[in-house]
Amino acid sequence: MTAIRSKLSNHLLLTAFSLLMLYPVIWWAGASLKKTEELSLPTLWPSTPMWENYSKGWNFSADYTFAHFFGNTLLMEVGNVIGGVATAAIVAYGFGRLSFKLRGFWFSILLLTMMLPGQVTVVPQYILFNKFGFTDSYVPLVLPHFFGGGAFFIFLLVQFIRGIPKDLDEAATIDGASVYGIFWRVILPLLKPALVTVAIFTFIWSWDDFFAQVLYLSSVDKFTVGLALRMFIDQFDIQWGQLLAMSLLSIFPSVIIFFFAQKHFVEGIATTGLKG
Amino acid sequence: MTADTATRTGTEMEPAARKRTRTKGNQLAGYVFISPWLIGFLLLTLWPIAQSFYLSFTDYSLLEDPVWTGTNNYTKIFTDDSTFTKSLSVTFMFVLFSVPLKLFFSLMVALALNKNLRGMNLYRTAIYFPSLIGGSIAVAALWRNMFGIDGYINNVLAWFGIEGVGWISNPDTSLGTLILLNTWQFGSTMVIFLAGLKQVPQELYESASVDGAGKVRKFFSITLPLLSPVMFFNLVLGIIGSFQTFTSAFIITKGGPINSTYMYAMFLYEKAFKHYQMGYASALAWILLSIVALLTLLNFMASRYWVFYESDGGKTK
Repeated sequence: MTAIRSKLSNHLLLTAFSLLMLYPVIWWAGASLKKTEELSLPTLWPSTPMWENYSKGWNFSADYTFAHFFGNTLLMEVGNVIGGVATAAIVAYGFGRLSFKLRGFWFSILLLTMMLPGQVTVVPQYILFNKFGFTDSYVPLVLPHFFGGGAFFIFLLVQFIRGIPKDLDEAATIDGASVYGIFWRVILPLLKPALVTVAIFTFIWSWDDFFAQVLYLSSVDKFTVGLALRMFIDQFDIQWGQLLAMSLLSIFPSVIIFFFAQKHFVEGIATTGLKG
Repeated sequence: MTADTATRTGTEMEPAARKRTRTKGNQLAGYVFISPWLIGFLLLTLWPIAQSFYLSFTDYSLLEDPVWTGTNNYTKIFTDDSTFTKSLSVTFMFVLFSVPLKLFFSLMVALALNKNLRGMNLYRTAIYFPSLIGGSIAVAALWRNMFGIDGYINNVLAWFGIEGVGWISNPDTSLGTLILLNTWQFGSTMVIFLAGLKQVPQELYESASVDGAGKVRKFFSITLPLLSPVMFFNLVLGIIGSFQTFTSAFIITKGGPINSTYMYAMFLYEKAFKHYQMGYASALAWILLSIVALLTLLNFMASRYWVFYESDGGKTK
């Protein structure tokens, strides 16, 4: 009896807490359909839904619709995800399986870079990209992903690779496979679930990586969704209903990916992050 | 291994020799495989660090060549820049409140979620959700609306007889609003705690129960010590991350009002990319690096006294 009771109270507590956490998001969905006067109310649904918040917001800029900004962002994302996934797997195999001189040293450096504040490198990086004429292009945003996709992902994959039994490598060696063959035929197929995690995180994080976008992109034609929203916010007289509608749309890609890949998300973190 | 191969007879020498060439091949292959990262590290991390150090002793506007000015930038920052003092103290306040709050909050939630209940995945998803979207500019816009003078938060507070203020436009509450937003995004910290909790062996709780330990006792004697490495990890990364907070201050409050949320990262950004004082900004970056490095070092030193590593069987590192 007490067990059922405690279970029930647990459920009640968790439901209440979940709703509290989600309330701003739920309110957001309703608010995107509200008139400006109604936005100050905590009510969820508007008295008369203003669907034109969406159509007007979509066309808020005189020259481009949000379709253009979404296209830009997705284009950048394709590069980021491909670059991150491909090179992180390669680098992680090197650190996780091969022995070479100074491996420990380089790996410690890799871990150290995770703690380095980005502010230290941002000015010279900007100068460098500027020198090569890459400012106001996607190169400074995409190119860094092709250098291993970031220390965190490499670390994640190294942990994962270390969990793969070495017998598999040895068996392949006896069959005459080289280290490259082992990587391609043994490790890479097994790495797939972890690579999905890398792809998801890369996508979501670069979608939200506002700092780099605001730094490098200056012409409206190349703006990402985030920058378009910022342009929206900086208007003199903000149409809040429209802004909230477009903001809500802007999180959709991440949310969709999150729900489709939820299993991977949890599994990926559980099996890679902190094991060992 | 060499002694081992030496004792073997001629016919068995061959695999050993093959193994030797393989390790040699591995040497090269190792570097081939890590080369993407290595090149990126040299080009986009190491070289910029060195360059930034050099620039911090110069005047540089991006248009003309850097002019060596010795320690001028640093002297000016420390003796004659009230904005620096202000933004540093704002950032310290932010870190001081948001890091412990987030740690405490996410630990509590992780404990609540670490139970065998039906529908747990649903709860986890719901509670994690705000963190998924939390850092985005979209949420910053939402936050700005909610906590505005006409925002719905004030309306809710009015039910309880609390008179609302413009949370964002009031210098006394603006930083608190950003801290609250930061705490709302506790998800990834919580997930790491949750993974740590899963590693705690259940037998320990069972034998503690046999010894008559209560819930509170179990938490302080088992859960907390075994979770301390995870706590340490979250603490170190939390401090480093909080020092670099940018988007929320940049979008929600724009550093204001009267610089009450002028976070260090924003100050640095404006110095470099609005005023084009690259040398000055580099000096600011190096001061930030020194502060973060010092705090991390202190953290590692202090960890000896409170972080418990199971494999060593005691409180030693």
